Amino acid sequence: MQIIIKNGRIINPATKHDKVADILICEQNIVKISGEIKSKEAHIIDASGKIVSPGFIDLHAHLREPGREDKETIETGLISAVTGGFTSVCPMPNTQPACDNQAQVKFLLDKSAAIGLARILPVGAITKGRQGKEMTEMCELKEAGCLGVSDDGDSVEDPGVLKRAMEYASMAGLVVMVHCEDKKLASGGVMNEGYWSTILGLRPIPQEAESIIVERDIQLARRAGARLHIQHVSTRKSIEAIREAKRRGDRITAEATPHHFTLTDEDLKGYDTNMKVNPPLRSQDDVQAVKEAIADGTIDAIATDHAPHCESEKEKEFDFAPFGMIGFETALSLSVTELLEKGMIDWKGIIEKMSYNPARVIGYRGGNIAEGEPADITVIDPEKEWEYTREKIRSKSSNSPFIGRRMKAAVTDVIVGGQMVLTAGKIVRGR
Amino acid sequence: METRTAIKWTKKNLLGIEDLEAAEISAILEQAHSFKSVLERTIPKVPPLRGKTIVMLFCEPSTRTRASFELAAKRLSADTMNFATSTSSFLKGETLKDTARNIEAMKVDMIVIRHGCSGAPHFLSNCVNASVINAGDGMHEHPTQALLDVYTIKEKLGRIKELKVSIIGDIAHSRVARSNILALKKLGAEVTICGPKTLIPKDAEKMGVKVTYEISEALKDADAINILRIQRERQNEALLPSLREYASRFGITTEILRKYARKEVLIMHPGPINRGIEISQDVADSEFSVILDQVTNGVAVRMATLFLISMVK
Amino acid sequence: MPEWHTGSFFISQGKVNEMEKNARARILDKEGIERTLQRISHEIVEKNQGATNLAVIGIKTRGAVLAEKIAANIKAIEKKEVPLGAIDITLYRDDLTEIAKQPLVHATEINFDITGKRIILVDDVLYTGRTVRCALDELIDFGRPACIQLAVLIDRGHRELPIRPDYVGKNIPTAKEEQVEVRLEGTDGEEEVVILQ
Repeated sequence: MQIIIKNGRIINPATKHDKVADILICEQNIVKISGEIKSKEAHIIDASGKIVSPGFIDLHAHLREPGREDKETIETGLISAVTGGFTSVCPMPNTQPACDNQAQVKFLLDKSAAIGLARILPVGAITKGRQGKEMTEMCELKEAGCLGVSDDGDSVEDPGVLKRAMEYASMAGLVVMVHCEDKKLASGGVMNEGYWSTILGLRPIPQEAESIIVERDIQLARRAGARLHIQHVSTRKSIEAIREAKRRGDRITAEATPHHFTLTDEDLKGYDTNMKVNPPLRSQDDVQAVKEAIADGTIDAIATDHAPHCESEKEKEFDFAPFGMIGFETALSLSVTELLEKGMIDWKGIIEKMSYNPARVIGYRGGNIAEGEPADITVIDPEKEWEYTREKIRSKSSNSPFIGRRMKAAVTDVIVGGQMVLTAGKIVRGR
Repeated sequence: METRTAIKWTKKNLLGIEDLEAAEISAILEQAHSFKSVLERTIPKVPPLRGKTIVMLFCEPSTRTRASFELAAKRLSADTMNFATSTSSFLKGETLKDTARNIEAMKVDMIVIRHGCSGAPHFLSNCVNASVINAGDGMHEHPTQALLDVYTIKEKLGRIKELKVSIIGDIAHSRVARSNILALKKLGAEVTICGPKTLIPKDAEKMGVKVTYEISEALKDADAINILRIQRERQNEALLPSLREYASRFGITTEILRKYARKEVLIMHPGPINRGIEISQDVADSEFSVILDQVTNGVAVRMATLFLISMVK
Repeated sequence: MPEWHTGSFFISQGKVNEMEKNARARILDKEGIERTLQRISHEIVEKNQGATNLAVIGIKTRGAVLAEKIAANIKAIEKKEVPLGAIDITLYRDDLTEIAKQPLVHATEINFDITGKRIILVDDVLYTGRTVRCALDELIDFGRPACIQLAVLIDRGHRELPIRPDYVGKNIPTAKEEQVEVRLEGTDGEEEVVILQ
């Protein structure tokens, strides 16, 4: 099957291209990019007035399968991902059981291949059962297809265990992705420490609960010679530590989520449990720091931390609700509203943070629209305005505080491996 | 001749002092004043809440607040029903939402809720049509306690505006402190908070209060001091080295008062009192102690609250 | 404006018609109110054979002002102080939840024991009788008086409850759409009784 994407503005950071052209896709690959391509049998996608981007890659998502299929399954998760323009997703290994061995990785890859929507780029656990004690069989994980390891949800508390795991991971060729949180300092907190935690009377999490671990992990990674990736950065102090490490030449990357640059701790005023996330929503100053870090490259990638939870779990007292919000379907629009429209970055910047850079972070051949490359493409209508409603949500869960918000920019078409999976905003199944 | 000021009360719920305008706080205080005289009648009961059902949903142990609300409701001729459970029981099993829906299915008009989690009354108000009154939520607010405290100060000192009020003790974990700070600030008082640094919440001064760790500072020129109960748990949580050290540095005794405070400073405490820890026996029972007036006024203030809220459909 | 005599009598239909032409017709002026209250005070003393055991309680707000005047009159007539009280009936209203603007409930001020007293309950206008019903209920909550007698400045008819005044300043047949307003210096700045259409 041939597909031609016609008249789209192709923005491809990998080749520094930004021009209107046609793309011919044949089988799985991009065959030709040229001013005008004609073909009788090809399926035509009219991309006039639209932006053609390499497919988005999400470095941080929770698909919940196996274990919590009531919240999300690999299938519903990938449907939601594709709806948001993601052609590849890194599911975090905090499933039940944890993704800490090659059989689990194989399960993920087989299942996603059968579903045939977005690709899964597996991430294994750093320690067995995410217990923070014994490191996983990382060489086998790598062989099975893992690109990185993470104990997301927790930090590896014992620095000795983490240092050795980092050394081992660097040998295995895996990126060490770290969730930075000192649980003792966070001491059961549920929101950022500051004026608003004082006003709302919610147990506070100081910013240092994150930044101290960021600094520790940077130092350990330098000692271990590991490729370190800091997940969901949320504080100015963490950003300063990352900026300093990058300046020194450390092999370190970082991601931030749309909610951490869109919402602040003040937004918790109504005790909306859908805004209860970990790391917590921070102060206005931290939000500004995150935006600046995205603009200056200190933060390499925008990742969703898509974390579905059932309504019954979120419809609880704030203290009792679980952390997390869904994010695939709102990531692009929130980035456009908060970063592009506020002049922090341009469209090339958005595409870098959502596609090109994530591919580099995880060491994946993707995020590039060039002849001979796999055809993973996301077509965006940059001007479309729409309302995010509960009915539109494709994830199995609907724990989003953004329901009811007016959104700017929409994903219209997605191609994964040369297959149309989303057309005019609707999922297409079957080949 | 008193002027009949018709006030417009529009609040269906009382979730916190934060939601109230100064005029609304004054309206409750004024209304409470009328109800206080009802309490002194031969038959201290009036009929405006006849046929209304008020549920006391207490998910945390409380004797005083519940008794006070219950008496207030009965003085207004409402029917009351107790529903006691523990906050932690909502962690597993029936949720607060289910419980609330169940209660509402019994056709109740108001739910008075006490809960260990901050924000629980907000959550409840989103689940039910009945009016929700916060009787204390976690470390957040305890609005009727603050109302009875400012009522008591006004009753004794004639005004709130420009008075100096100090709140002493565990501010960080105290809903009484938060509500009091808000109410006093809204009515124009100068508020000082005082306690060990580990028990003063982050950015407290942004609430417009003076923060001090010196008891002498807190007592100097104060017109009223509100002494908070110190929980024994704070020692186990490593927030205090010992209650002994707390008592010696922050405990209010006759000697401390004589040394630093004005002679006629009003002594307040929301109860229950740990005699000998945050307040000495003789101070609690001294002539300037209004601790029992606070309890009496609590019923009148809660009557005013229930009455005004019952007027809103 | 016609000069109205004191005394309890009906306004002729012609006068009513004449008043209907005006949006606002004055029934009593300051002097008229004073004379009427004088007569009522005399009637009270006459009927109760003096001021012994009497107490005057006005229904807030204007009934309380009238009660004050009546109590002063009785004192002048009998040279004897009678206990005076004021009652706020808001909490006893049967339409409490229907009042759009929430009224501020004022304190009821009865600083004497009403048990065994002959109570003169005073209000400005007697209309449906519901206000008086509230006042009766509330009074009973204060104790057990020997009797309660009702004095009103204006009785405009249209009773909805079996309530009858013992002393009436003026009977004014009105249409339901009309409003009778008593304005008193203490509350309104001027002193008169008017009908508004």
